[in-house]
Amino acid sequence: MTSAVSLALSAPFAQAEPVIPEFGRGSSCVRDNGLFCWSWVQDNWSGTLQPALLEHIALTLIAVLIGSAIAFTLALAAHKRGWLATPVVVATGFLYTIPSLALFQLLVPITGLTRTTAEIALVSYTLLILFRNMLAGLSGVPAEVRDAAIGMGMTPRQLLWKVELPLALPAIVAGLRIATVTVISLATVAVFVINEGLGAPIYSALQQTFKTELIAAGALCVALALVADALLVLLQRALSPWTRTARS
Amino acid sequence: MNDFLDAFQFIGDNASLLWQLTLDHLALTGAAMGIALVIAIPLGVWLGHLHRGSFAAINISNVGRALPSLALISIGVALLGIGFVNVMVALVVLAVPPMLTNAYVAVDGVDRDAVEAARGMGMTPMEVLMRVELPLALPLIFAGIRTAVVYVIATATLGSVAGASSLGDIIVDQATYRLPGVLGAAICVAALALVAELLFAGLQRAVTPRGLRERHRAGAAVGPATTTET
Repeated sequence: MTSAVSLALSAPFAQAEPVIPEFGRGSSCVRDNGLFCWSWVQDNWSGTLQPALLEHIALTLIAVLIGSAIAFTLALAAHKRGWLATPVVVATGFLYTIPSLALFQLLVPITGLTRTTAEIALVSYTLLILFRNMLAGLSGVPAEVRDAAIGMGMTPRQLLWKVELPLALPAIVAGLRIATVTVISLATVAVFVINEGLGAPIYSALQQTFKTELIAAGALCVALALVADALLVLLQRALSPWTRTARS
Repeated sequence: MNDFLDAFQFIGDNASLLWQLTLDHLALTGAAMGIALVIAIPLGVWLGHLHRGSFAAINISNVGRALPSLALISIGVALLGIGFVNVMVALVVLAVPPMLTNAYVAVDGVDRDAVEAARGMGMTPMEVLMRVELPLALPLIFAGIRTAVVYVIATATLGSVAGASSLGDIIVDQATYRLPGVLGAAICVAALALVAELLFAGLQRAVTPRGLRERHRAGAAVGPATTTET
């Protein structure tokens, strides 16, 4: 309504200099719902976009950290007892298949419209990816390397932390990359449960088909995913300098 | 738990509405998958046959995964407006990368000795592709299709916020359908995705040449980190 009024008011002055800058809902670009209005982004960065971005990062970090802890425990158990791998893959694969919008809603009767609901769903999407890559990394350690370590008198704990985990690192980080990017993508859908993250501006812009906000929030989300992916690649290089020449 | 009982009640009471939306959901999925298949599979197979473009073919799935589905739909709405077409375009963009990468990796990874042997027997490049490389690559190609189908079914649910009809219509409209309706539709979507996953897992098994079956099962359990199979 207000935009219609301001549009009507501004029409006679369309040719003249704007009498009141930023009158109504902002620049003429915003009032006309132009494809991308840089001025709107500047005006709404600190009020809307930045908080959403930070919330999005927090949602993602928590989910990936909890998911890693669970997947790591499961992977270590399955590494010791091989028969565990199949049931874990089936169970986490089942969770992974459930569409995100559905899973978020299915949790609502149990944990309510809370951040817990969002995190449970997001964590459940990381498990299959993280578990499979961690286990593949651990079981990919050559038997002769393991034998050599045992022959040198390493305890099982030393074998795990000094030999197996470092050698499994590229596969583990590869899993972390996929899981992180997946969570960044799915965290936008959490908006149907909690009004947080980049899903919030996307959702409110969808209601009014406000193009600038759709593009700005969408692009921020894509950028966040690409930056997170690049950071994890750098992390892997820093942690395992010996793989630098090898193909990851 | 009562909410879930009400949800099944809703499913029973609104079977025809849910069936209609399921058909819409499948139509959207089918249209997007059809277009994505025509783009991704021939391109991936051809690049794999030539052993060219590995960097692009493998990295496209990394970039594709970094495209958040809701963000893509929202950018699609901004550029193309509300409706079936923009959601379908977004779904095509999401479905192409996993299929292209898997098709490339599948054909590129066919045992070189088998290809050499086929050439030695006097097969033309086309015959090598159709009679040796493709049959051996089919399981992995189907793994890519399976990934894409499940992903597209899940994402088509989000199409409802951008004006494309699907089972998501009920999920995003709690004001009309109440929690039991939302849960009922969510159960239907989850069931649809699981059925598709199992169906395509079965298809993948069916197209696996007998000699490859054991080997492929072993490979699927560990799974390379660069592809989005299973």
